[in-house]
This record gives sequence, C-alpha cells and structure tokens, in this order.
Amino acid sequence: MGIAELQAYGYFVLTFFLVVALYGYIYHLYTKKRDASGVDYESYSNMALKDDIDDTPVSALSDEKVPVEGKKK
Amino acid sequence: MENRPLEYDYTIAKMFMLTTIAFGIVGMLIGVILAFQLAFPGLNLMLGDGLAEYTNFSRLRPLHTDAVIFGFTLSGVFATWYYVGQRVLKVSMAESKLLMTLGKLHFWLYLAVVVAVIVSLFAGVTTSKEYAEFEWPIDIAVVVVWVLFGMGIFGLIGIRREKSLYISVWYYIATFLGIAMLYLFNNMEIPTFFATSPSGESGIGAWYHSVSMYAGTNDALVQWWYGHNAVAFGFTVPIVAMIYYFLPKESGQAIYSYKLSLLSFWGLMFVYLWAGGHHLLYSTVPDWMQTMGSIFSVILILPSWGSAINMLLTMKGEWQQVAASPLIKFMVLGSTFYMFSTLEGPIQAIKSVNAIAHFTDWIVGHVHDGVLGWVGFMIMAALYHMAPRVFKREIYSKSLMAAQFWIQTLGVVLYFTSMWIAGITQGMMWRAHDEFGNLAYSFIDTVTVLHPYYAIRGVGGLLYLVGFLMFAYNIYKTMSSRPVEERELQNASPMGA
Repeated sequence: MGIAELQAYGYFVLTFFLVVALYGYIYHLYTKKRDASGVDYESYSNMALKDDIDDTPVSALSDEKVPVEGKKK
Repeated sequence: MENRPLEYDYTIAKMFMLTTIAFGIVGMLIGVILAFQLAFPGLNLMLGDGLAEYTNFSRLRPLHTDAVIFGFTLSGVFATWYYVGQRVLKVSMAESKLLMTLGKLHFWLYLAVVVAVIVSLFAGVTTSKEYAEFEWPIDIAVVVVWVLFGMGIFGLIGIRREKSLYISVWYYIATFLGIAMLYLFNNMEIPTFFATSPSGESGIGAWYHSVSMYAGTNDALVQWWYGHNAVAFGFTVPIVAMIYYFLPKESGQAIYSYKLSLLSFWGLMFVYLWAGGHHLLYSTVPDWMQTMGSIFSVILILPSWGSAINMLLTMKGEWQQVAASPLIKFMVLGSTFYMFSTLEGPIQAIKSVNAIAHFTDWIVGHVHDGVLGWVGFMIMAALYHMAPRVFKREIYSKSLMAAQFWIQTLGVVLYFTSMWIAGITQGMMWRAHDEFGNLAYSFIDTVTVLHPYYAIRGVGGLLYLVGFLMFAYNIYKTMSSRPVEERELQNASPMGA
C-alpha cells in the first residue's frame, strides 16, 4: 500500500470521525438537560445579560470566590 | 480601599478604544487614497516627484491592509476583550495587579510594534509576503505582544467566578490560538545575514532582511493557508465573539439558541482551516488540494450562517428596536453583511466561477463587503455600546449616529456593486477570444472600461471614511457629554439628541 492510499484511508477515517463527533455533540447538547444533573445550555445566555459584578453567577466556580461582603457594592 | 465597592476596571479597554479609532482613520484614509489612485493615476505623485517613493500605490497598499487588519481590527478585538472578558467571567481587572500590569505592557508594546511597522513599511522594508510583510525583528516583537494577550486571557479565566465560559470567550480563545499558530508557521524565515553565496560571500544584505523558509509552491500554500485564516481568525472569529455579547446585551434579548452558538463554533473551527486552498485555484498546487479548498469553502456556509441566523433570530419579536436604535441597526446590518459575504465567498471558491473571478476586482469587492459591512460596523457598534459604560456618559448624539449609519451603508453598497460590475466585466474581457483563439481585448481595453467603476468605488470608500470620522467625533464628544445617573447601565445605551 503506497503513501497516497494510506493518506486516502486516513482522510476518510478522519472525516468519518469528525461527522460522528459533530452529531454526537448535537445529541449531547439536546439530551443533557434531561438528567438530574443536566445542564440547560440556554441558561448560559444569562452570563451576558446578567453580567454586573455583583450579579449571581449562572454557575459559580466555588463559594469562596463570590465577592467578599464589604467589598461588594 | 477596603470598603470601596468592587467595579470592573476598563483602563486597558479605553486605551485600545483610542487606538481602534486612530488606526481606523489612518487605515481607511490610506484606502481612500489608493482607490482614487487607481481611478486617477496622477495621484501617485500627489506630493511631487521627490516624494513619489512614499506616495505611490505599491508603497501604500500594505500600509492600508496592515493598518486596518492589525491596527483597527486587532485594537477593536483587544478593546472588546478587556471589556467583555471581565464582565462575562464576573471578575475585575482591578482584582489582579499582575493582570493589570500585563495588560498595560500589552498595550504599550503593541503600540511600539505598530509604530515600527508603519515606519518600516513607509521606508519600503518588507518581506513581500501579503499581510505578513514585517521583517523578523518585528515578527519576534509581535509574538511577545501576542503572548501577553494570551496571558491576559488565560489569567482572567484563571481567577473567574463564573464556572462556564460564555460563547464569546470561546471565540476569543480561538482567535488567540488560531492567529498564534498561523503567524508562527507562515513567518518561519531565515535572515539573509546567515546566507552564503555560491562564491563564498557571507553576511549578504541588511541585518533585518530575511527570506521565507519555504520555497515556491510550498511557500504559496503556507502563505494562503495563513492569508485566508487571517480572515478567519481576525475578521470572523473575534467579530462573532463581539456580536454574541453586544447584540444580546444592547437589545436585552437572550441568544435565540445557545446550543446553536456552540455547534456553529465547533463547525467553524473544523471547517475554516481547510478552505485556504481556494486562493490557489488554477495554480501549481496539487489538484486535490484545490478541490478540497473549494469543497470546504462551500461547507463553510453552514457554520457561518448558523451564527448569523442565530443573531437575526435573537431579535425575534423585537424588530421595533432596529427602527428605534441606530446602534442595533449597525449590528443587524453587520450580521446581514456577514451572511451575505459568507455566501459570496463560497460562490467565488467554486472552480468554474473562480475561472472568471480570480485576480479580478470582484475579489476586492468581496473582501470589502465583509470588512466594511461586517467587521467595521460591528467594531463601531461595540465601541458605541462600551462608550457610555466606560466613560459613564451618554452617547453624544443619536442623530449623528443615525446619519453615519446611512452614509456608511451607502458607501458600502457603492463599493461592492461597483466592484462586482468591474470584476465580472474584467473577467469576461480577459477570457474573450475569437474563433481562432486570439484574445479579443488587450489589457488596456479593460482599464478604459473599468475607469468609471473605479471612480464610484473611490466615492464609496470616501463616504465610509466620512462616516468613520463622524463616529470618531461622536465618541470624542461622548467623553465630555452628560453624565449617566445609573450605577450600572442595563441594555439599551443612553443617547443624546
């Protein structure tokens, strides 16, 4: 098998993998919300709409990172 | 200090806002001069024979492209990053002395590099690679500036309060990574100083000169992989980052589909990098590579339209805002021009269409409906949205903004329609032949026919520049306008009469 043939197979496998990955990602986006621990991706829009520094984060990184009382407005 | 409320710190954003405007004026002014030089060649000598070296088309052309790409657009990208980044990550630059120092260093070094670029290009010092004209010492400085930008991005992400990254942040990260990779690979070069001639002569040429590490066709391939993706990661990705933040924020509407924004992001990342080959159709690069460039360019419609439609649908049920607010007008028209040029590009990349379009003014028209209608409009809209918030003043004049919008829209329309007609005319005339295969026209025949369209293009560009000066004036007056009462402005920006 020459290098050109190997490249062609490699190219096909890569394209196939990317197609599966993309459709898998769509499936993931739309189904994740259904589990108990699921994420509603649409709520992420609020990261822009409610972006004052003392707004509550959509999902806080950790409790202690929320601005300390007194430093808050 | 202890009791002072925590606020976002826009120091760096403000600095980059000023360079956005300054380099915008410089880049567009040179563009207008170039357009009129093409229509009226006598203007090549506008400052007399003695200065012809500095005023001719070929000396000014890279200054125009580099000033609008790396001066105006990149400044806009940096300004919006230092504004949007803090807000969607809910962390202030004031919280980290290190990030603030890095940010200032980023700005001043960037400014120094821009000055070096302007001086060297005016002096005619260039590597002659399109959009990569800078010689190696400047390239090294560019890399340092870019690393500082990256440290700013990832540093801010590192101290964020918001766990997930908003879609715009993904796009800013992609801008950083994409341009880093492209710039490094395309600027692999060897200083001529290290070369030895066949006769054994060494230390050839000036110390700052260099030649590309790639030769011939390979150089062309790497160059257009870079050139096209400079459009991707300079003119598309960061501008999409802007519209995903500023349109929802200004209109108060949530993104129509956040999931679609994620999907389009990954689609764009996978597809864009393969499309550059369309610049080399009918050249000496392998045929399969040309075909791949064409196919990926057509596929590119999907993720591009995914973002653009998502933005237009964000305005669903709120279209009265387009009529009421000139700021929303800029963004909606920007997004429409994005759809338009991302359809036009793939059409030009189809081999049979490219046989007519290649090397003609239609390509120039395509670039400009993208950058004037999409990039320029979106960056100006972003700055209009930011101005009341960073200066804590209302926008000086709404009616001036509305007038600017219509003047510039007319300018863009004149620009791309004239270039369409000129380009297609040119393409058809170059190909026309009689039954024996003799060419029907000589080159100068096309020049004569195209003259009126070149003049119209110059007028279109001039109108856009006039609008940009109105924008600069409006922002300047905003800095001393009526103070805004509210502590934090929600949604629609306050505007004076």
